[in-house]
Amino acid sequence: MSLALAAVTAILFAAGTWLLLQRRLTRIIIGIGLLGHGANLLLVTSGGRAGSPPVIDGSAGSPAEYSDPLPQALALTAIVITFGVTAFLLALGYRSWQINRDDKVEDDLEDRIVARLNELDGPEGPIDDGDPDTNEFEVEEDAQP
Amino acid sequence: MSTPLLAIPVVVPIFGAALSILVGFRRELQRLVTIAALSVTVVVSIIVLIRVDEHGHLVANSGGWSPPLGIALVVDRFAAIMLVVSTVVLLIVAIYAIGQAGEERERVSFHPLYLVLAAGVSASFVTGDLFNLFVAFEMMLAASYVLITLGGRPDQVHAGMTYVVISLVASTLFITSLALLYAATGTVNMADLAVRLADIDPALRHGFSIMLLIVFGIKAGLFPLFFWLPDSYPTAPGPVTAIFAGLLTKVGVYAIIRTQTLMFPPGDGGANWGDDLLLWVAAATMIVGVIGAIAQDDMKRILAFHIISQIGYMIMGLGLFTVVGVAAAVFYVIHHIVVKTALFLVAGLVDHRAGSSRLSSVGGLVRSAPIIAALFAVPALSLAGLPPFSGFLAKFALVDAGLSQGLSAIVAVALAVGLFTLFSMTKIWTGVFWGSAETEPERAPQTTDRFGGPPLMVLATLSLVAISIGFSIWAGPIHELSQRAAEDLLNPAGYIRAILGEAAP
Repeated sequence: MSLALAAVTAILFAAGTWLLLQRRLTRIIIGIGLLGHGANLLLVTSGGRAGSPPVIDGSAGSPAEYSDPLPQALALTAIVITFGVTAFLLALGYRSWQINRDDKVEDDLEDRIVARLNELDGPEGPIDDGDPDTNEFEVEEDAQP
Repeated sequence: MSTPLLAIPVVVPIFGAALSILVGFRRELQRLVTIAALSVTVVVSIIVLIRVDEHGHLVANSGGWSPPLGIALVVDRFAAIMLVVSTVVLLIVAIYAIGQAGEERERVSFHPLYLVLAAGVSASFVTGDLFNLFVAFEMMLAASYVLITLGGRPDQVHAGMTYVVISLVASTLFITSLALLYAATGTVNMADLAVRLADIDPALRHGFSIMLLIVFGIKAGLFPLFFWLPDSYPTAPGPVTAIFAGLLTKVGVYAIIRTQTLMFPPGDGGANWGDDLLLWVAAATMIVGVIGAIAQDDMKRILAFHIISQIGYMIMGLGLFTVVGVAAAVFYVIHHIVVKTALFLVAGLVDHRAGSSRLSSVGGLVRSAPIIAALFAVPALSLAGLPPFSGFLAKFALVDAGLSQGLSAIVAVALAVGLFTLFSMTKIWTGVFWGSAETEPERAPQTTDRFGGPPLMVLATLSLVAISIGFSIWAGPIHELSQRAAEDLLNPAGYIRAILGEAAP
């Protein structure tokens, strides 16, 4: 049973990491969600084997037969936090879509300005860097003769 | 020694935040609540520091559960120093924020969020439980997510996105580390962890050490995990950036120092490569931060890159793992919180006065606003490490500690980076205070203020600059206090005994 949980955790982490590396905001948000699920599942798994409910009413024999309640409490806390922050991220994503009508994540504006300084200083002199909305890497590729 | 006093720096701001929402219809009442709550926190923090310095550690068990079962609140000298400095800075920046008129600060949610942020910062310092540290971080970060995007302008949404996603990845890694730590040791109490980690496989212990270093390194802006910081911090409104720059990264540094000294002390069975790793990371962080600053044109972004290079100095002090080294790191952290916050407040004043913080759009402020120029000069020279300011004393202690261990390479890096820092500060000085503007600022300059800015803003900045000068006047007692804090940090047995009592081995 623990092996199945470990495998599910691994899949969630892998899928979450892949989605996180995309340029589309919606995919990043889903990726964060999957990563959070993976981490919470790992937290539950860290409590060890399943056992009787951790309520001491005399139904189970030795303390070893109870399941460990602490990781479950920790996982609950973590789930609540992940839930709240994901909701905020979705709101932020919606606001971003309202502004840009596009959910592509662009490079930082200041980074692009600094990257352009470099070209102005180069031996080629000022170059036409085309569409200002493209990212700095594409601009640098254009600069290569 | 046990006392319920420790909960106050967390509980009072939280209740203040709730009250602040209730009186949300009146901005004056909200301001009053913020100032009152933070003032109480400052007073309590100072009492805690005095008592901790007398008695050693203070412990409070929440809910009356004896450790390691319940959540323990623990304050040692280092935590108490951080608590005092951070609450004082939070109070001063709150005054600055009240003095600055602006759309963001007129919103209902600014004051409650600011108080939640304050509670999160305090909780990070007083907690003795690793999972509780995660909760404190989340409290602080959740408030910071909203503060950075309050207003919803396009650049804020863009920068906030990077910040939120990176912080969430760090938080997920934190939960993952906690789960693995719990699976390996069966506890999340830091003192208990320190005891039990000593018994597990050294290779596994190194793995945990690196995982926690990565988690807190993202928050602190260590090389190579710093890239998000200069993109996201400068877009927030002035006072918010100042708090983020001054405090939030330093909470990460605090967590690194706490976990590395308590749970992964050096010298127990070939941990030496880990110590060297910290020094390498420190050197890379210093160099990359200072070189990144040279290319920038915006005053706030130059300062943001300097946060990174300065974090390198603190990690260098920790990496030495001697009492003098860690004492220098503690002194450096508190000096840097005050100085960096002051510099960002000055950047806010420049932004207000000249309508922009770009070097190319601002000029000649030394003549038109000499007070701002003076307020910039003192912390800037202090940051670069010129005598007689506090930065010089902090760097001197660090260099001295490095040389006494014969580590001349890292000392050379530290001194060279200090020189480049001076270069950047000179660049800001010539760009903003001398010369003239080459391009038009984004907003119309405000030239009517008598002191160069609204009185409350200037007063708040002035008091921070005065505190930083105070650090160099009373450097002796403060350095002795850092020395005692460092002795506590490098002797984890005292911390463990204070929490676990007689049960400790």
